[in-house]
Amino acid sequence: MLGYILQRILAAIPVMGFVALIVFLLLRLTPGDPAAILAGDAATPEQIARIRAQMGLDDPLWVQFFSWIGGMLRGDFGVSLLSGTPVLQMIASRMEPTISLAVTTITLSVIIAVPLGVIAAWKQGTLIDRFVMLLSVVGFSVPVFVIGYVMISFFAMELRWFPVQGFRSISQGLGPFLERITLPTLTLTLLYVALIARITRTSMLEILNEDYIRTAHAKGLSETRVLMRHALRNCSVPIITVIGIGFALIISGVVVTESVFNLPGLGRLTVDAVLARDYPVIQAVILLASLVYVVVNLLIDIAYVLLDPRIRYR
Amino acid sequence: MIPRQQFALGTLARSVALGAAAVSMLAFATPVSADTLRVVKHSALRVLDPIMTTAYMSRNHGYMIYDTLFALDENMEAQPQMVDSWTVSDDGLEYRFTLREGLMFHDGAPVTGEDVAASIARWGERDAMGQLLMSFVAEMGQDADDANVFVMTLTEPYGLVIDSLAKPSSNVPFIMPARLAANTPSTEQVPEQIGSGPFRWVEAEFQPGVIAVYERNPDYVPRDEEPSWASGGKVVHVDRVEWIVMPDDQTKLNALLAGEIDYWEDASADLLPILQADPDIEVANLNALGYQTIMRPNALHPPFDDARIRRAAILSVHQQDVMDAMIGNPDLYMLCPAMFVCGTPLEASVGGEALVEGNGQDEARALLAEAGYDGTPVVLMHPTDVSTLRTQPVVVAQAMRDAGFTVDLQAMDWQTLVGRRANQAPPAEGGWNMFITNWVGADVFNPIVNNMVGGQGPDGGWFGWPEDAPLEELRLAFAKAPSLEEQQQIAEQIQAHVYEQGYYAPIGQYFVMTGWRSDLEGVLDGPAPFFWNIRRAD
Repeated sequence: MLGYILQRILAAIPVMGFVALIVFLLLRLTPGDPAAILAGDAATPEQIARIRAQMGLDDPLWVQFFSWIGGMLRGDFGVSLLSGTPVLQMIASRMEPTISLAVTTITLSVIIAVPLGVIAAWKQGTLIDRFVMLLSVVGFSVPVFVIGYVMISFFAMELRWFPVQGFRSISQGLGPFLERITLPTLTLTLLYVALIARITRTSMLEILNEDYIRTAHAKGLSETRVLMRHALRNCSVPIITVIGIGFALIISGVVVTESVFNLPGLGRLTVDAVLARDYPVIQAVILLASLVYVVVNLLIDIAYVLLDPRIRYR
Repeated sequence: MIPRQQFALGTLARSVALGAAAVSMLAFATPVSADTLRVVKHSALRVLDPIMTTAYMSRNHGYMIYDTLFALDENMEAQPQMVDSWTVSDDGLEYRFTLREGLMFHDGAPVTGEDVAASIARWGERDAMGQLLMSFVAEMGQDADDANVFVMTLTEPYGLVIDSLAKPSSNVPFIMPARLAANTPSTEQVPEQIGSGPFRWVEAEFQPGVIAVYERNPDYVPRDEEPSWASGGKVVHVDRVEWIVMPDDQTKLNALLAGEIDYWEDASADLLPILQADPDIEVANLNALGYQTIMRPNALHPPFDDARIRRAAILSVHQQDVMDAMIGNPDLYMLCPAMFVCGTPLEASVGGEALVEGNGQDEARALLAEAGYDGTPVVLMHPTDVSTLRTQPVVVAQAMRDAGFTVDLQAMDWQTLVGRRANQAPPAEGGWNMFITNWVGADVFNPIVNNMVGGQGPDGGWFGWPEDAPLEELRLAFAKAPSLEEQQQIAEQIQAHVYEQGYYAPIGQYFVMTGWRSDLEGVLDGPAPFFWNIRRAD
């Protein structure tokens, strides 16, 4: 197992290198000039040119690329072209809201969606199944910002149970943290419940028609035991995959949710950086997102091995 | 007996309610001090040096932590701010400024004439009005006998010395310590945020794109006069001001209505009725000069290298159409042909009548025919990601097409436009023919600060680059004019000339409303948002 993990980590290095090169080149090919943005509206072309030279933006591309790569290898991701703030510091300050949202959303979604999916499959064709499928369609169809605004309107503006916006670190207390993370979590949860419940139901339906399930029933096992022990465990691979990808999606930025609830997360950082052509920030954030996908995929693969003996023995 | 499903639903509902109640009971742990002013600005603060950049957020940041020698009052007259008294020699060549007693930087160092000299020199490198002032300065520095005195000696008399030092908008001549101003090129950001203004910068809490925090400067000595725009007593009544970044207008509205923020600088026009209907919210226009939206042709390349064709483009536009499409609510805009803004001493309509009356199409067609316009496409850059800039290009393009132009309206984001407009190449090689932008009124209210009435050409001129020596002479004459009457006369000549040559045109003047919680008192108006004088009602 350790060898497998090591092999996967080594395989990720060229992937990350390729991503770095592509991101760097794409950004330099994108129209826009950070020096002009930095100088402001009233600056003349001469003033912009001086700032560009000062920032090293008129150096040859290969010089800029190797300077960036060299810095990263030394642990220096550079500074924001606009604010001068170290990029790592900017990313670190935006990680907590995003990770918090990802953890609460995925946890709540799994708690709700997996039982719903199992029950829907178990009671296929009944009212419960139709309700779960309806919920799933609604979750997929209604845009997140609409759900967000409805949540704010009802729970924050009408009932005054929660604040409208903002984020508090868990280090400032569990109350303030939960107070602000609840509505965005509920908003995103509807989407992820829809996704995970549907996948769970479909996988369960396939498994429930297998011979060994019939055998389990014939052995006189209870319904719960058959569902939980024999069916759910065997359909966990696709569910784990969806959960993992869902987690990575949130980590790489849920801009709309972050904007509606004013969460200072990675999604907003990325959009702001792109709009401002803040190259070092964009490059670092995209590399981070790529790394998250690589790690999540690795974890999913490890989970496959643990959950499915057939993969282990292959 | 309660049916099973109903019981289950009831239990679920109670659980949700209890959970929410528990969370809201825990929520008491996040009170906001009554002495904290929570503000949502029009954008995020990113660049912390108001001299290096002309960005308005950086200017606003400057007003928080720095002070100025002079400042304009609501009558647009310069009033002393850091200066206690000043004298001008009989020949008009030597200015001696004595600073107020007790002025101190946030690091504890006293403000001296040396700091003033270094700050004015750095500002003079960067700002157009500063550059002009510097062209008249023979030498400046701290008085040899008194560190509290700043002396400026001119090569010849110059009428705008005090007006320059009181410049209200980007770049504002803020005073910073000499150790920073003298050692930081104007193309680099100062490494520390040390001023002598009414607020101190809280470095530890700054998160670009999220929040900027200021605290009251307990050592600040305000003037005794009543505050008026950026002049007068800057008395701070709150302990702390937070500039919170919120990207979504609906969220800003909800946060203001719920009392989570106190002040929304640029309340969205379509959400104003909701704010105005709420008794806990005040709404007002705090910037009487408002904003000027302008069209700017590129004089370097066909077809706009011909003055008649530039003029035809301007004549084709009716401000009413632009403002109706862009703003809609007639209370929030005015039709104004004045290049130096309606409501200022230099307001004039000469040359721009057709823009307001909307009767220039025939003349535009005639000019195109006379100039032999051959249908060369006009590349009009269209930024689609900025709500205050995405409408005008569409209206202008249609007006120009109606007059006979071929218009290539090219959609892009604003930052692409910002990068592309610096390109002096022909449109086919990445250049452009026309763009539209907006200015705060205070940035265009005289011929020296208004970049679009310059004639410096491709070397040193503003984007569009017309080269016009007589226009530059007129600007110089304006700068030297000894009286307001003469300044008005010359400004009118400049406006007539610029319209005649078609260098630029204002295509409407509009206003942005500010909303704040009605428990705030003392909210000031001015060319920039100010946060001194504001107190929370008991």
